[in-house]
Amino acid sequence: MPQIVVENLAKSFRIAERDPGAWGALRGLAHRRYRTIHALGGISFSLEPGELVGYIGPNGAGKSTTVKILAGILVPDGGRCEVLGRVPWKERIAHVGRIGVVFGQRTQLWWDLPVVESFELLRDIYRVPAKAYAGARDELVDLLDLAPLLDVPVRQLSLGQRMRCDLAAALLHAPALLFLDEPTIGLDAVSKLAVRDFVKRLNRERGVTVILTTHDMDDIEALCTRVMVIGQGTILSDGTLEDLRARVTRERWLIVDLADAAESISDPDAVVMRREGRRVHLRFDPGQVAPAALISRITARHPVSDLFVQNPPIEEIIARLYAEARP
Amino acid sequence: MSERIGDYLDTVRLYGRYVGISVRSQLQYRASFLMLTLSQFVLVGSEFLGIWALFGRFGNLRGWSLAEVALLFGMISVSFALAEGCVRGFDTFPALVKNGDFDRLLLRPRGTAFQVAAQEWQLMRLGRLVHGVAVLGWAAVALDMAWSLPKILLLGAAIVGGACLFCGLFVLQATLAFWTVETLEIMNTVTYGGVETAQYPLAIYQPWFRRFFTLVVPLACANYFPAQALLGRPDPLGSPPLFQWLSPVVGGLFLAGALQVWKVGLRHYCSTGS
Amino acid sequence: MTAYNAVFSARFQTLLQYRAAAAAGFGTQLFWGLIRTMIFEAFYRSGAAPQPMSLPQVVTYVWLGQAMLVLIPWNVDADVRAMIRSGTVAYELVRPLDLYTLWYSRALALRTAPALLRALPMFAVAGCFFGMQPPPSLAAGAAWLAATAGAALLAGAITTLITISLLWTLSGEGVSRLLPAVTMLFAGYVLPLPLFPDWAQALLSFLPFAGLADTPFRMYLGHLPPEAVFGVLGHQLAWTAALVLLGRAALARATRRMVVQGG
Repeated sequence: MPQIVVENLAKSFRIAERDPGAWGALRGLAHRRYRTIHALGGISFSLEPGELVGYIGPNGAGKSTTVKILAGILVPDGGRCEVLGRVPWKERIAHVGRIGVVFGQRTQLWWDLPVVESFELLRDIYRVPAKAYAGARDELVDLLDLAPLLDVPVRQLSLGQRMRCDLAAALLHAPALLFLDEPTIGLDAVSKLAVRDFVKRLNRERGVTVILTTHDMDDIEALCTRVMVIGQGTILSDGTLEDLRARVTRERWLIVDLADAAESISDPDAVVMRREGRRVHLRFDPGQVAPAALISRITARHPVSDLFVQNPPIEEIIARLYAEARP
Repeated sequence: MSERIGDYLDTVRLYGRYVGISVRSQLQYRASFLMLTLSQFVLVGSEFLGIWALFGRFGNLRGWSLAEVALLFGMISVSFALAEGCVRGFDTFPALVKNGDFDRLLLRPRGTAFQVAAQEWQLMRLGRLVHGVAVLGWAAVALDMAWSLPKILLLGAAIVGGACLFCGLFVLQATLAFWTVETLEIMNTVTYGGVETAQYPLAIYQPWFRRFFTLVVPLACANYFPAQALLGRPDPLGSPPLFQWLSPVVGGLFLAGALQVWKVGLRHYCSTGS
Repeated sequence: MTAYNAVFSARFQTLLQYRAAAAAGFGTQLFWGLIRTMIFEAFYRSGAAPQPMSLPQVVTYVWLGQAMLVLIPWNVDADVRAMIRSGTVAYELVRPLDLYTLWYSRALALRTAPALLRALPMFAVAGCFFGMQPPPSLAAGAAWLAATAGAALLAGAITTLITISLLWTLSGEGVSRLLPAVTMLFAGYVLPLPLFPDWAQALLSFLPFAGLADTPFRMYLGHLPPEAVFGVLGHQLAWTAALVLLGRAALARATRRMVVQGG
């Protein structure tokens, strides 16, 4: 039974255009011009409970529009959408009580209040029964290591500490579905790992469905079993990371460290991408030449001190996908 | 039925929590709060000083005595102070919309108007409140009339109705932010202008002015008409006693209407995004 | 003087940007003036005894008040206040420039730039539709203009003093909140000063605030004869000088305090 069903979702915006300069400002006094932006051009997908989906795309692709519609705070122009058995924007209050949303760049906690008071206020806002609240709070404090932070005003927290508190805050009412928007942005390495670890446990152990919007590919690789790529208002790819890779390119990269700096490599089946001192970056198509064959050819002909074979980094894949989508 | 009552109580308790937070943070800046409150008191006080001086020069206002005008003044002052205390959260609403923080309120399972109003409960409005109560108290004594229980209840209802009316006006003023980035100061004419107008008996104004403040912005229902019933004098404008006793209800209806307009604004916001 | 020009033009541009706000502020003031005049009319019809000012004079006084409202020091330079709040003002204080003159120029610009934008249309509308009278003689008009210039200087001094008081957080809050309310009352915005009780007139004419609005308006009305302009200007300039000296002394004190405390 899918938790989220989206069918042909479409949304356009009208933006008022303003001419720059003083002359434009005066003209703006008389009349305004409008420009239509087609944010979503009919997207469709469905999510089963317990999935951890990465939702990626360039800026302006329609990510936040989709998330806002799913969250119930934006009404689409066309198409069908059902989340947890409801149409989100039609039953806003009932719907938002069952979801959690975390924005990486903005906290939902009250700036001047100690963290625990924000929690208590949220408990009352979400009408969480006292016992359930106490249980959830204690568990989250334990999992996210929040005990020393509870009495600290939110404005005094570091970014990493605030993000952990925001995660807890979004889960106090035990939502079945969690939206994470750029949760690791600006965080130090340790905090990033802590957040990722927490989200993974949340999903794998408690079955909370998670939709993750991010530009951080490490997050995607670490967490997501499924990735949806959106560009120009349409879904470009929906599947596993491997599917995504395969869709864009089959190529692999071979990185060779030469023993002799004066050497140069050339091979009919491999293309040199770039060279940094002794290190040569090559790309090849495993469909045309077996990796093992290529490696033995190159090591036979050139003095190689070390080599690596890898998939193109996911950023590269995504960039190519975005580039394809551009008209 | 009991579920709905439970719901209301729960909302009241939540509101109380918000108020507590707001008040505590304002009291942290105690000196500033005292100064603000004092300045409010002086502001309102100087208005009444002017009225007192004018009565000293002219003796009466179209047949109305200082005590009668003080009753009107006190009633509308207290109504306005109550409204200002509760609904000033809407002042920051345009900023909320502008920097996208309003979305967070939409993501919470509570009414948006409620959340916006609850975020700030201005303690400094006590300045106007205290002054208004003082003037009202003086008027009650100086008027030398019999204060029966029904009359006291009517006074209370009128003050609450007036507060509802002003709350409705503030909500309407903020609702405009759903559509335009620029705040329309024109609403200040009806809020601050309205308080100024209603401090004096409606009867002294031109007919078109009277009609505006009875039918469009029913300020007269907040203090003038109830006061007629309280004073027990025949209304120079000819309103029937039944209407005078029921007029506080109009304020409540106005607020309900304003909240409907808010809902329209909200729908617009949710279809056009921010 | 460059500070003056810079702030003046910046204010002007900012005001042009907010199309609706500009029109609405004017509308608010019209409404306000209308209410006040209606109230005074009602009072004047309630008693036949002779009053220190006639009704037409009071009506014109009210509209003059609306036209010149921006001249009243009811707010401080937002930029300077932000600077004080954030603490960066410490850098300004320890620099060897004449900060008082800078702040005074800014205060003057803050008061006079919007005053022009608001006064002209207000005169036009109130004069055509709402019973605002022209001055009874050319001499009265000239005297009024001179007194208004004096009022601007005085307003600048008061504004600067309020700004300086912000350097002391505790009293600064108090002064900047209380003074506007007090100013409005004693400048004649609650009630034309002559209408206050006779026993209060001596105090009212002594205080500086009368020079902000009341005395210039009465010059306009001819309520004070044109010859009185010298007395009015004298009163305004004496208070201006006193407040400037007070401001400079206060600023010097604050600077010393900053230096001692290390900023």
